[in-house]
This record gives sequence, C-alpha cells and structure tokens, in this order.
Amino acid sequence: MSDAVTKSVYEQIGGEPAMAAAVEVFYRKVLADDRISHFFEDVDMERQAAKQKAFLTMVTGGPSSYSGKDMRAGHAHLVKQGLNDMHFDAVAGHLKETLEELGVPAPLVAKVLAIAESARADVLNR
Amino acid sequence: MAKVKHESSWYPLEPGESVLEGLLRQGVSVPNSCRAGACQSCLMKAVGGAVPEAARVGLKDTLVAQGYFLACTCRLPEGTELEVAGAEGLRVPARISALSPLSRDVLKVSLVTDAPLDYRAGQYVSLVREDGLARSYSLASLPREGVLELHVRLITGGAMSGWLASEARPGARVFLQGPAGSCFYVPGRPEQPLLLAGTGTGLAPLYGIVRDALEAGHSGPIWLFHGARTPAGLYLREELRGLAERHPQLHYRPCVLEGGTRDIAEGPLDVLIRAECPKPVGWRAWLCGDPQLVLSLRKKLFLSGLSLKDLHADSFLPSVPQAGASPTDTAGAR
Ligand SMILES: Cc1cc2nc3c(=O)[nH]c(=O)nc-3n(C[C@H](O)[C@H](O)[C@H](O)COP(=O)(O)OP(=O)(O)OC[C@H]3O[C@@H](n4cnc5c(N)ncnc54)[C@H](O)[C@@H]3O)c2cc1C
Ligand code: HEM
Repeated sequence: MSDAVTKSVYEQIGGEPAMAAAVEVFYRKVLADDRISHFFEDVDMERQAAKQKAFLTMVTGGPSSYSGKDMRAGHAHLVKQGLNDMHFDAVAGHLKETLEELGVPAPLVAKVLAIAESARADVLNR
Repeated sequence: MAKVKHESSWYPLEPGESVLEGLLRQGVSVPNSCRAGACQSCLMKAVGGAVPEAARVGLKDTLVAQGYFLACTCRLPEGTELEVAGAEGLRVPARISALSPLSRDVLKVSLVTDAPLDYRAGQYVSLVREDGLARSYSLASLPREGVLELHVRLITGGAMSGWLASEARPGARVFLQGPAGSCFYVPGRPEQPLLLAGTGTGLAPLYGIVRDALEAGHSGPIWLFHGARTPAGLYLREELRGLAERHPQLHYRPCVLEGGTRDIAEGPLDVLIRAECPKPVGWRAWLCGDPQLVLSLRKKLFLSGLSLKDLHADSFLPSVPQAGASPTDTAGAR
C-alpha cells in the first residue's frame, strides 16, 4: 500500500468510477477466456461483477480490507478445483490488458501487476 | 438458534434454514413459488427485529422502507429473533374478466382490479388464488388499457395454469401482489437501439414493453425476437406483424428450432440474434422466459458488448415443490 504522501494507483486512475468502467472490460475478458471462464460462471452476473470490482480495487491499492488469510480462504475451493499458476497468469494478463485499454500509464500498470504478483502465494494456497 | 414469531407463536429455525423453510416445516402457510428470490411471492413484513440485507435484494425502496422482505432468502444469524407478518396488506383484490386462448397451450387471462394498479408495462405480479396458491406472471398490457393481461402457458399438472385453464371462470375473485421487476422501457433515449428476446410466454412482458416504447415515440431500431420449439409455440403473430407494418423501426422476428417457413426463421435463438444484431454495443436489451435461455443469452450479449446495466432479464423460474412432499403429492397444497 502507498504511504500518506503518494496517492494509490486506485486514486490516480480515478477511484470508484474508474473501477466501475474497468470491471465490465475485465469481466468480459475473463468470461471469454476458456482457460478460466469456468471459475467465473455464476447465475448472478451482478454478484460476480461485484467480486471482480473487489478484486480490481484491491490490486490497485484502493479501499479494501482483505487480508492474505482472506485471500487464502477465498480461493481455497478454487485451488481444490485445480486453480494453478497458468490460471493466475491468465488473470494477470487480462488485468494488464484492461488497464492498458483504459489508458492507464505503463508505470502504474506495472505497480498494479506487482501488487497482484504479491498475492500469488496466498491465492494459490502455497 | 434463531427464531421467528408469527401470529403470536414462536418458531425455531434450524441452522441455515430460511424463514420460509422454517415456517412451512412447522405448518405455517406462506405463499411461495420459485424459492430463489425472484418471484416475490413469499413477501413478508418484519414487525420486530433486524432483516438481513440479502432478504431485501431486488425489492423496491418503498417496500424495504415498510419492513418487507423475502422469506425464501431470509436466513437469520444464530441467536437472533424476528417478528413477522404476512403481506396481505399489499394484496389488491381482482376479478378475472375474461379467459381466451392465444394458442394451443397459451391462455390470455384478463383481470380487473377495483382500484387501478400502478405498474410499468413489462413488470410482473403475483397472482394469488383465494386459498393462497401464488404464482408470478408478467403483465402484457399497458397501464392505460385498464384491463390487465397475462399470458399463461399451460403446464401439464400445473396447479395455477391448470386451474386457470379448466376451473376458473370469468368473475372469479383472486388477489394480485406487486408489481415487481425492472423489465420495462425507460424513456429518455429515443434513438437507442433496443433488443427484446423471449421464448414461449416470455413474449408477455415484451409485448407490453415494445408497445410502450412505440407509444413513447421511440424512433431507434427495435428488434423483437420470439422463439419457440415449433411454430405452434408462437402466438400473437398477426398482431406483431401488423405492429411492425405500422412502425418501420420495429423488426419482428419469430423463430423456431424446427419447422421454419418463409416467415419464420429456423435455428437457435442466439445464432439468429447474432446474425441480425452482430454488435449491440450501447444497446438496451430485455430477455424473458426460460431461465436457461435467459442466462445464456445474457452472457452472450454481455460478451458481445452490451453493458450489464442495460441488460434486463426476467427468468420465469418454476415453482419448487415443497420439501418433504411425497412425489405422488402433485399439484396439491403448495
Ligand atoms: C418473474 C416471473 C415471471 C413469470 N411470468 C410468467 C408469464 O408471464 N407467463 C407464464 O406462463 N409463466 C410465467 N412465470 C412462471 C409461473 O410463475 C409459473 O411457474 C408457471 O405458470 C407454472 O405454474 P403452475 O402452478 O401452473 O405449475 P406448477 O404446479 O408450479 O408446476 C407443476 C410442475 O411442473 C414443473 N414446471 C413448472 N413450470 C415449468 C417449466 N417452465 N418447465 C419445466 N417444468 C416446469 C414444476 O416444477 C412442477 O413440478 C413467471 C415466473 C417468474 C418467476
Ligand atoms: C492477484 C490475484 C488475485 C487477487 C488479489 C484476488 C482477489 C479476489 C477478491 C478480493 C475476491 C472477492 C472475494 C469476495 O468478496 O467474496 C476474489 C474472488 C474470486 N476470485 Fe480472485 N483474486 C486473485 C486471483 C484469482 C485467480 C487467478 C482466479 C481464477 C482464475 C480467481 C478467481 C476468483 C473467483 C472465482 C472468485 C469468486 C469466488 C466466489 O464466487 O466465491 N482469483 N478474488
């Protein structure tokens, strides 16, 4: 997370309204990707979209209260279904493309990807 | 343990049990149908205690403000208590004014209420029989028409549709609860292309929405796809063809899986939609009818660029048989 003087990437790219726009772009990519779409099929698309927004908010350093322990617990059932590095890389790839499409400058994209990378061990329950 | 108070008795809930399940299990009669938070037949009013947020999802603010919630999605935290009452206060008396077939297995049910029902074309109501049997039906009528019109598909062994088809007579007294749902036309962007798609009686709300949009002066293209397995499952074809002739912006496309003709396209609904509306970015869409189809079309349209906020869907979820009822206990007391 950022310290008191530097703004988080979340704030720099426009806060909540920017997340709302990003979530549709990101969710579309994830659902269209046969390698990972099965993790995200949900009868309730609004609920899934809300979770994607939580994900985007977290990796951009926005207001989020998830701990590493939450990330472990939250993805444990997916790891049982076979969630692995290949899936993680696919999600990270879509995250990168989404931010680029929305015109986020490269240094900020790199920061976001670094935050995502730091969650890898917890998400994959290692 | 959590518990619920209803008409001066307390009913304990088992862990994980919803208020609806707990009350039904202990012999309290509560109208219900889909048990998935969609049909709103099991609306109840909290008169004491806190209602979990999840039990209010999809309810109008005015209902939430009065303490209403859905009993089927209401699961109470351990150790808490809730005092509840039925939603009788929301029911308006109505009378069946006419019953006439629209096709071999679709019945038009006309209803009149004593006081006009305040609704938007395309919303749905719960039809409640005098004995409490409740099912949701979409409104195919326009508010200005006064008479309410439902399109009811006859289900073999169906409690409500069977009653309407063979026992109910014009003049019969029923109750209506509602309206509910967000499937309706929103004026303000007359040029926006609109896509309406439904299967079977999923046409009912679309028939209201399309006429509402046209009367509001919608000038952008309006695509109406009505799907059925065979041509016998289509209905209101002449009316819709006439409407499209009078309004060149309306494109009416009846389609079937088998038995297509010169006027009726043949093939899966999503394929036909994609062929005619390949890039619906910035459009508004309404999808109604069979839950599986609504779900898959919703996903496909989202992937082809429609925004979730412009995608309105009503899944016609069937009723769930009461837990514990024996398989031989069919249409009975649900
Ligand atoms: C929001 C909403 C709007 C609706 N709008 C309409 C409408 O405009 N027109 C309309 O005709 N219906 C509509 N429905 C469905 C309607 O509420 C009833 O479920 C339907 O009429 C069947 O009721 P029934 O009492 O005749 O049959 P039931 O006694 O409830 O059912 C008899 C048996 O058939 C099964 N069954 C019921 N429906 C189906 C089905 N479609 N496919 C397979 N099995 C089924 C049931 O599970 C049960 O085992 C809507 C539902 C919802 C949730
Ligand atoms: C950078 C790594 C990741 C982070 C920081 C992250 C974060 C999150 C967050 C915050 C939630 C919301 C939890 C909630 O509110 O319920 C969530 C849910 C979810 N995540 Fe991740 N996630 C990551 C990687 C992945 C990957 C690689 C996959 C699968 C390919 C995945 C699949 C899911 C699914 C399916 C849910 C919803 C679970 C459910 O419906 O219960 N996540 N994630």
